[in-house]
Amino acid sequence: MAALKEEAMLMKKALGVIAVTGALAFAGAAVAQEKIKIGVSYPTPTHAWAAGMNWHAEQAEKRLEALYPDVDLILVNSPDPEAQASALEDLVSVHQIDALVVLPFESEPLTDPVLNVKKSGAWITVVDRGLSQPGIEDLYVAGNNPELGRVSAQYMKTRLKEGDNIVILRGIPTVIDNERFDAFMAEIEGSGINVLDHKHANWNRDDGFEVMQDFLSRFPDIDAVWAQDDDIAIGVVAALKQAGRDGDGMFVVGGAGMKETIKAIMDGETLIPVDVLYPPAMIATAMDQTVAAFKSNGPVAGRYILGATLITPENAENYYFPDSPF
Amino acid sequence: MMTASDDTAAKSAKRSSIDFKTIGPAVALLILCIIGFLLNPAFISEGNLTNLLTRSAFIGIIAVGATFVITAGGIDLSVGSMAAAISGVMIIIMNNAIETMGSGVPTVLLGCGLAIVLGIGAGWVNGTLTTKGKIEAFIVTLGTMGIYRSLVTYFADGGTLSLNFDIRGTYRPVYYDTFLGLPFPVWVFIAVAICGWLLLNRTAFGRYCTAIGSNEAVARYSAINVDRVKTLTYVIQGLCVSFATIIYVPRLGSASASTGVLWELEAIAAVIIGGTVLKGGYGRVGGTILGALILTTIGNILNFTDVISNYLNGTMQGLIIIVAVFLQRSDWKLGKSK
Repeated sequence: MAALKEEAMLMKKALGVIAVTGALAFAGAAVAQEKIKIGVSYPTPTHAWAAGMNWHAEQAEKRLEALYPDVDLILVNSPDPEAQASALEDLVSVHQIDALVVLPFESEPLTDPVLNVKKSGAWITVVDRGLSQPGIEDLYVAGNNPELGRVSAQYMKTRLKEGDNIVILRGIPTVIDNERFDAFMAEIEGSGINVLDHKHANWNRDDGFEVMQDFLSRFPDIDAVWAQDDDIAIGVVAALKQAGRDGDGMFVVGGAGMKETIKAIMDGETLIPVDVLYPPAMIATAMDQTVAAFKSNGPVAGRYILGATLITPENAENYYFPDSPF
Repeated sequence: MMTASDDTAAKSAKRSSIDFKTIGPAVALLILCIIGFLLNPAFISEGNLTNLLTRSAFIGIIAVGATFVITAGGIDLSVGSMAAAISGVMIIIMNNAIETMGSGVPTVLLGCGLAIVLGIGAGWVNGTLTTKGKIEAFIVTLGTMGIYRSLVTYFADGGTLSLNFDIRGTYRPVYYDTFLGLPFPVWVFIAVAICGWLLLNRTAFGRYCTAIGSNEAVARYSAINVDRVKTLTYVIQGLCVSFATIIYVPRLGSASASTGVLWELEAIAAVIIGGTVLKGGYGRVGGTILGALILTTIGNILNFTDVISNYLNGTMQGLIIIVAVFLQRSDWKLGKSK
């Protein structure tokens, strides 16, 4: 980051000099402008899902730049909202971007900085986390949290019958978690399946393990587990195996699309028979669509909400990226 | 602040009454267990009690080390990150050693040996920077906390490091198998606790720790090699982190940036709940063990009931910690008039 900022400073100085030198230099700048410059800004990966996003962004950059020689994608990741706001300023002042793809760290503090980029005339694509003011972005690309809950519940209903018992391990208490949970409960209601209890396992393997251990001590009869997330599911499976309760048709439904989980589904694992997609690769979708806004003859602006696809042994291969960190 | 001599005086004065300083944590733990049982009788099932003890082992072992650091007037905030970094390096080394050494016991021993070397080294760095470098322990360990945490993120490429499945089979029993009915992590916990108790209460080194935490200047004039003793407390802490890591890795066979988050605060809380004075000068290994058990039990009980909103878990934990320390610190003098 520091190096990038230093570079930005140098370039700012250089640009100043160019401006003073006059018209000739302006012509030079115009030549550099002919490339379509697209800035891509997202948080520095500190957990597996974000690392997967980083990987997919890099893959998309290589692929799109090879496909369109006149497209220049500039990837920047930032460790906190402040740094991301500065990065957005630099993308405008230094790189003079024509479009911005942004996954905001937090909605509130980044709404104004993105609005400023918008004012410079750039196309705005917002990914995953919406801004707190409507109408800024040209394109919104996101996964579907309520759908993730609904699809998981629908699968549960196909496998379980009236009177069966499930437990739920939730994520970190946030809007995302609530959306998933509420949609799941709404779908499961009236099916006769009992939700014994739900506890937060913070999208974390260790917490998943401990919460599941306690559920197992507390409830002698559990037929299935909704873990909502692949990391939690790993902890849950370890606890089930430890207690020797991984047989008898017991199954766990996670979510996100971690490569290890998808591999297991491909291999026909029965304990985690399916997964529900909430893919980090959505950043690539956003980059594709943003490039399409310049290249395609079809309209692009609008809302692009990905499906929460149910990954089964039949389609798992399409979602398996062995080289991604997630 | 309580000095060592004050303490002996207080102890002999209170011998006739109930010494809440000593039994406070035990009473708190007992009350918690009764609450747990009343909420759900399955709380005292053998399986749950085994889970509780095994789970306490991580924080408990680390907290035994922290008892030494805190008794000698120091603090170590880096233990959680250190555990994560050591787990990460262990996993990388063991995965890479498969090709040359196979996936048997030697590879696991290599990983464990390496963990111990790393733990001692990391502790020595913390200790030396504090003593020879003359930087406050809070700052040194805050710095190393950030360094270790970002190192594990870097090693894992932002994702999760996973132990190869072949070694997992060899290493798994270290967490899951039992000996005389108790899981191995509990035995390690017991061994570390006994060694820690002996070291603090029955050796010159233990008395030096107390003396330094009580009054460093006086300890120095009394010809105690203060720098060496203080550095050693951090080395003991690092060694304890190694032991905790060695039993942690086989549990899920993975390490990531979220491994060991806030373990440092849990360890410090366990030490203080157990009766050790945060400013140093008085330490109790036995209390620390109870403190670690109390912390784990709170989390366990909260998972056993749906009476309290999930969002209030932190509130309950905070309240119980404060009440536990209150019980132990207040000057209760039952059965004895002033």
